[in-house]
Amino acid sequence: MSTTRTIPDRLQSPLQRNLKSWETLLLLVAVGIFILNSFASPYFLDPWNLSDATFNFTEKAMIAFAMALLIISGEIDLSVASIIALASTAMGFAVQMGFGTPALVMVGLGVGLVCGAFNGVLVTRFGLPSIVVTIGTMSLFRGISYIVLGDQAFRGYPIDFAFFGQGYVWWIISFELALFGVLAVIFGVLLHKTNFGRAVYAIGNNPVAAAFSGIRVARVKFILFLLTGLMSGVAAICLTSRLGSTRPSIAMGWELEIVTMVVLGGVSILGGAGTIPGVVLAAFIMGLVTFGLGLLNVPGIVMSIVIGALLISVIALPRLWEKWKTR
Amino acid sequence: MKRRNFTKFATGLGLAASLMGSAAFAQDDTVRIALVVKALGIGFFEAAAEGAQEAAAELGNVEIIYTGPTDTTAEGQIEVINSLIAQRVDAIAVSANDTDALVPALRRAMDRGITVISWDSGVAPEGRQLHLNPSSNPLIGNMIIKLAADQLPDGGQVALLSATTTSTNQNIWIEEMMKVMDQYPDIEVVSTVYGDDLADKSYREATGLMQTYPDLSAIIAPTSVGIVAAARAVEDAGKVGQVNVTGLGLPSEMAGAIESGASQSFAIWNPIDLGYSAAYLSYMLATDQAEAGPGAEIPMGRMGTLTLDDNSEGAMADPFVYDASNIEEFKDIF
Repeated sequence: MSTTRTIPDRLQSPLQRNLKSWETLLLLVAVGIFILNSFASPYFLDPWNLSDATFNFTEKAMIAFAMALLIISGEIDLSVASIIALASTAMGFAVQMGFGTPALVMVGLGVGLVCGAFNGVLVTRFGLPSIVVTIGTMSLFRGISYIVLGDQAFRGYPIDFAFFGQGYVWWIISFELALFGVLAVIFGVLLHKTNFGRAVYAIGNNPVAAAFSGIRVARVKFILFLLTGLMSGVAAICLTSRLGSTRPSIAMGWELEIVTMVVLGGVSILGGAGTIPGVVLAAFIMGLVTFGLGLLNVPGIVMSIVIGALLISVIALPRLWEKWKTR
Repeated sequence: MKRRNFTKFATGLGLAASLMGSAAFAQDDTVRIALVVKALGIGFFEAAAEGAQEAAAELGNVEIIYTGPTDTTAEGQIEVINSLIAQRVDAIAVSANDTDALVPALRRAMDRGITVISWDSGVAPEGRQLHLNPSSNPLIGNMIIKLAADQLPDGGQVALLSATTTSTNQNIWIEEMMKVMDQYPDIEVVSTVYGDDLADKSYREATGLMQTYPDLSAIIAPTSVGIVAAARAVEDAGKVGQVNVTGLGLPSEMAGAIESGASQSFAIWNPIDLGYSAAYLSYMLATDQAEAGPGAEIPMGRMGTLTLDDNSEGAMADPFVYDASNIEEFKDIF
């Protein structure tokens, strides 16, 4: 006599899972902040103002996408802001040499790739911990900018170069916002729909098991460092174009804001879990909070406190809730 | 593992919906002037904000928004400026962290009808309507010799303790000072030495001056490092009352020297006056009572009139003199 046992395909229905997901929580937070902001300031619900507000996060979010993949795979790159500085300095140097906009873009992307490759080689070839390597290269890359520039600035970027940071694609949709959207889709597909994305999760959950299942761990990680460097180069082009000049202090302190964005987006800092939609929502939340508080002329230090409190509460509350429920 | 995530779609929808409804804005005739500083929490700028409030009280229907980033970065200031543009303030008066990086943001502000001026630390001419310098080279050159001469009614020997031989600012100020020396026939400048803006070297040079010229009556140090070192050298040499140290210095660093008598008085810009003038000028431009441009003369209340040069820059006033009567008030400010 045989008994049939059914093993459920899914433990929860898709709807249930969606309702309980991190992204839903973030969406609620985002909507909540949006509503609060529109009540707090009469200037908030203005198309152009909201469009301006997106500049607060688009450049950081571009890097955050790549950083999310890197953190999911169990590594981190703290040198991203310094890569921006070095790429921007190189572009400024290229301007002095008389290069035009297409060449500048190539220089920005190229420096980003080289820096990413440098980090990647140190981590994957020599087996060094990425946090140590990138703390080192954080000082190294920006240090080179300081040596080249000192207290000087590069300026005189070509007029058409300004499009990347100041141009608009359609009505209030800036080039940066459009690029942010396109990159969100690309990274979302890459992480959630491709074998490469599955490999990233597998490595983050258990690198040894991943290696035994035939995933080339070092190669995947190296590609992720390359991608992070490349996105830092993209962000450097946008930021330099927006500022119209380069100083070695450019993008100072951004690495922590980017990591904050990634973690707020639900990416586990221990690796193995996280989604791109989560990071997109986190980017919007951080942008909305800083812009909303800015409209109320709240001092920057209070803003940092609010972002910190938001990060801790969004991460801690669901866990406390789980604990309380299972008690 | 198909994941239907409606979240991104929903966010987009929410954003789109909000864009359609544009709120009505309350229009009143309060002139809102934003004083944007390099970073919040710096005594010098807090004092400037105080001055701006003074101007606001004097002008009446003015609201001062005192704001700035947490650290002295151009990116931080741009975020602040963006939120001010969004609030449609009437004027932005900025002490810039970066001469060039703020230009695109400030140009956008001007495009949207906002008056933009820079003060203290300037913005490139295309990014502002005028720049307010705290003082000018001739005024500073004039002031440093006047401070020394005022204490010497019968004349005497003075010496200069400068920064480095190549310090542009100090060299210009000394040059300007030399131009007005014929107004002080009894004062003799016996020597110029260089302390390289290092405390110990400045101290040694000042000590050397007193040994070489036993009849020396004053040391003029147009550098904040040199003036403190010279005052200490005078104290250590027991020449307080005989040699007067003066020049340009910071009240917080010079309070001890004023107290001991090594320095009778010194000068530097007054942040309160600077904030007052910046707010006053912003008001005049924002209310169309004045127009900026080369050669323009714009009133700034109790500080007189600002005359603009070819770069639309102007000097506020003589450096402000600090002595025993006001050092207590300012030493906690900057």
